[in-house]
Amino acid sequence: MKPAAFDYIVADSLEAAVAALAGAGGEAKIIAGGQSLVPMLNFRLLKPSVLVDINRIPGLAFIKESEKTIEVGALTRHHQIETSPVIAKHLPVLGCAMTHVAHLAIRNRGTIGGSLSHADPAAELPMLALLLDASLEIASASGRRTVAARDFFLAALTVDLNDGDIVTGITFPKLPAKTGWGFEEVARRSGDFALAAVAATLTLSGGAIAQARIAMTGVGPTPRRAGDAEALLTGKPLGPDLIEAVIKLVRAGVEPESDLHASADYRRHLAGALAGRAVAAAWRRAQGKTA
Amino acid sequence: MSKPRSIKLTVNGTAYEHTVEPRLLLADFLRNTLGLTGTHVGCEHGVCGACTVLVGGDSVRACLMFAVQADGCSIETVEGLGSIAQLNPLQEAFREHHALQCGFCTPGMLMTATDMIRKYPLATDDEIREGLSGNLCRCTGYEHIVQAIRAVVARNAGKVR
Repeated sequence: MKPAAFDYIVADSLEAAVAALAGAGGEAKIIAGGQSLVPMLNFRLLKPSVLVDINRIPGLAFIKESEKTIEVGALTRHHQIETSPVIAKHLPVLGCAMTHVAHLAIRNRGTIGGSLSHADPAAELPMLALLLDASLEIASASGRRTVAARDFFLAALTVDLNDGDIVTGITFPKLPAKTGWGFEEVARRSGDFALAAVAATLTLSGGAIAQARIAMTGVGPTPRRAGDAEALLTGKPLGPDLIEAVIKLVRAGVEPESDLHASADYRRHLAGALAGRAVAAAWRRAQGKTA
Repeated sequence: MSKPRSIKLTVNGTAYEHTVEPRLLLADFLRNTLGLTGTHVGCEHGVCGACTVLVGGDSVRACLMFAVQADGCSIETVEGLGSIAQLNPLQEAFREHHALQCGFCTPGMLMTATDMIRKYPLATDDEIREGLSGNLCRCTGYEHIVQAIRAVVARNAGKVR
């Protein structure tokens, strides 16, 4: 299993990268961490004629805190996010999710921009981007644009990127005050892609839920928010009956596929169970308790 | 069609300069070009962990990186840990605890363990198992590998005190 031959271009700046992509006329692939791309090259599922290596572009790997947001550079490695004190303080649900992403050797190389661009239907980062209402900064030879995560994931392994586009950064709004979070995943083995995973945040006001966010992965072609369940939770305090109602709504709202790893029914079951646990954990954390 | 490129890198402290095709995997470069066959190749798609090496001190899958990407990098392979006459403490612990049988996974296990011992507290055996979950072993049932790493973590903790 060896890749087909390709030409290799090291981009030393963003300008050089987008110029190389534009010059290749759709025949190029960007290589960042390569942790999803290289297996596809080795299997010859992909045979790009050009690889544009962006690993040496300076200034694309960073975690920057501003007053209301955390900006993460596209080349930031999973292990950097996993161990960042800024992420632990302001986006702890993201830090927790990173420990579920593959294994240390993969997290040392894999990048957030790469994971979001690849958009595996069972990956954690696309779900987190959707949960946290993140937005993606995208550059191309014709300029820059910003796309909300909710508009970015179009289908399995398909995102709102054109041939000449490159994700340069992701901006996450900080969690509001009085917000708790939950992250629940079931995978066959530690580090595997999720059979199903759910992440939630609950923001409280006066003892009730002012804002609920629930995102799921592994239960459809793209990550998705559980809008019905979020609406049901809003304005109420969480209790056992409400958790049961959330579980039912989530199960009714997903249409997972069967595959080698799990049946559609099992995935639907998991989505509900994990959503129940995630909102319960978020509720406890929002009140300052440990989950 | 794919232009060979010249790369310079150090492997286990020795400097090398070679001309390689861009599609040459780092694992194949180490084994076939440099003759460092301690790095094993199992699955060639990042699942088995046998080809794990350190690049700039971080563990990576050598089957998921191209040799051209390692230009200018400092790489450590299992050959750099110790010698048969003088095993390093981790290798010695693997020997003491019978942490290998056929030995195919062992180079990857050792390089993974080297990185995880440095990056995680490994306070519990569960954490060690979690850290090893990306390295497949078909002989040992992992138990003795966990014990070997536990022994090294305990000895390092003793040194700190």
